[in-house]
Amino acid sequence: MTLLTEAGMREKVRSYIAANLVVYDEEVVFSDEDNIFALGFVNSLFAMQLLTFVEQEFDIVVDNDDMEIINFSSVSNIVNLVQKKKAGA
Amino acid sequence: MEAKEWKCVVWDLDHTLWDGILLESDEVVLKSGIVEIVKELDGRGILHSIASKNNREDAMRKLEQLGIAEYFLYPEIGWQAKSISIGNIQKNLNIGMDTIVFIDDQPFELDEVRSVHEQVATIEAHEYSSLLAHPRLNPRFITEDSRRRRQMYLEDSRRKQIEETYEGPKESFLADLNMTFVISEAAEEDLRRAEELTVRTNQLNATGKTYDYEELRHFAASSEHKLFVCELTDKYGSYGKIGLALIEIKEKAWHLKLLLMSCRVISRGVGSVLLTYLMQQAKEQGKTLLADFKVTSRNRQMYVTYRFSNFKEVFNDGEGNIVLENDLSAIQPFPPYIKVEIMAGSFN
Repeated sequence: MTLLTEAGMREKVRSYIAANLVVYDEEVVFSDEDNIFALGFVNSLFAMQLLTFVEQEFDIVVDNDDMEIINFSSVSNIVNLVQKKKAGA
Repeated sequence: MEAKEWKCVVWDLDHTLWDGILLESDEVVLKSGIVEIVKELDGRGILHSIASKNNREDAMRKLEQLGIAEYFLYPEIGWQAKSISIGNIQKNLNIGMDTIVFIDDQPFELDEVRSVHEQVATIEAHEYSSLLAHPRLNPRFITEDSRRRRQMYLEDSRRKQIEETYEGPKESFLADLNMTFVISEAAEEDLRRAEELTVRTNQLNATGKTYDYEELRHFAASSEHKLFVCELTDKYGSYGKIGLALIEIKEKAWHLKLLLMSCRVISRGVGSVLLTYLMQQAKEQGKTLLADFKVTSRNRQMYVTYRFSNFKEVFNDGEGNIVLENDLSAIQPFPPYIKVEIMAGSFN
């Protein structure tokens, strides 16, 4: 298994969101810190897909306790969650 | 506990639907009474499909000729193992594997399918005349939506084809659909469909509970409860009544005892529209919003929906019974690509 760098993880998460989030403004470019909930419409379908993507891509399990909006509200926060879960938290 | 109702009958063709082997002779004859059986089941809201080892073009041509092709959704006709065909049908219809019954004249085929999909029920072809009386093919109530079920699947498949070939940005595709989501308090004529929804919906049911007609009627009429139904339409037609919510009105909170959405509308991204509406209404009434949740093997998406709408757990008995609460400080707007309408009027 290739170990992903943090930059690599960010890139994967950012591409996934860019490809799948229905955004309010087609032209928008977003940073790793931008709040994706403010950026576009995070519906239950997208949320489930994002969750599944994160679990499968990084081989982690997201517990009910982890499902705080804040853990998913930006690329940075998602990557932080992944790192936390991989470290065994 | 009653065994689940079957939602789809998958038919083999040669020696099952008709006498004869199509590739050997074009003069196949439909078995006696079988068309009436197919039509009657269709009228009960039960879907039909095909898993046949045959030449696809010839088989479809023959079905058209016999005037029954329209009854079969997502027919799998080819040379792959029937277990693969059943898998494809299940995916396309998005129903539980345990709601499918497969009928074939060859024990080998029935065994092969069962060996891969344990939950699929099987029936031998020569028993076809017992289908109409089978308890699992007799739904308790038949609603307008159930009569139209095949039609709605056909409309869905048209939508899917269009979506797959669409090249523009997803946003405009969704906006182009001209979706309208209508929320109303349940009226008498909605109750049968509401009951059907609780019995049939598994993935997007927050508590996994089912209610019968009498219970729902009691809640619809009660001044301490509100029972909402919602309907979705787009430019291809109506999806029918696809959502249900039951609120218990408490002094400081609205308590969501039931929230379910038909999984047919998952891909439309409307799962949280009803929830958003309820959040807005509770806030307007100066109440917080509580919600019951019971973990089942199939409703994780519903849990995710609640959490991503800013619900937090306030009670968890460690056995899957959860109560969530939303302080209503952050309510997402409705999706830009849906028109939400509220129909006035109440049960009484």
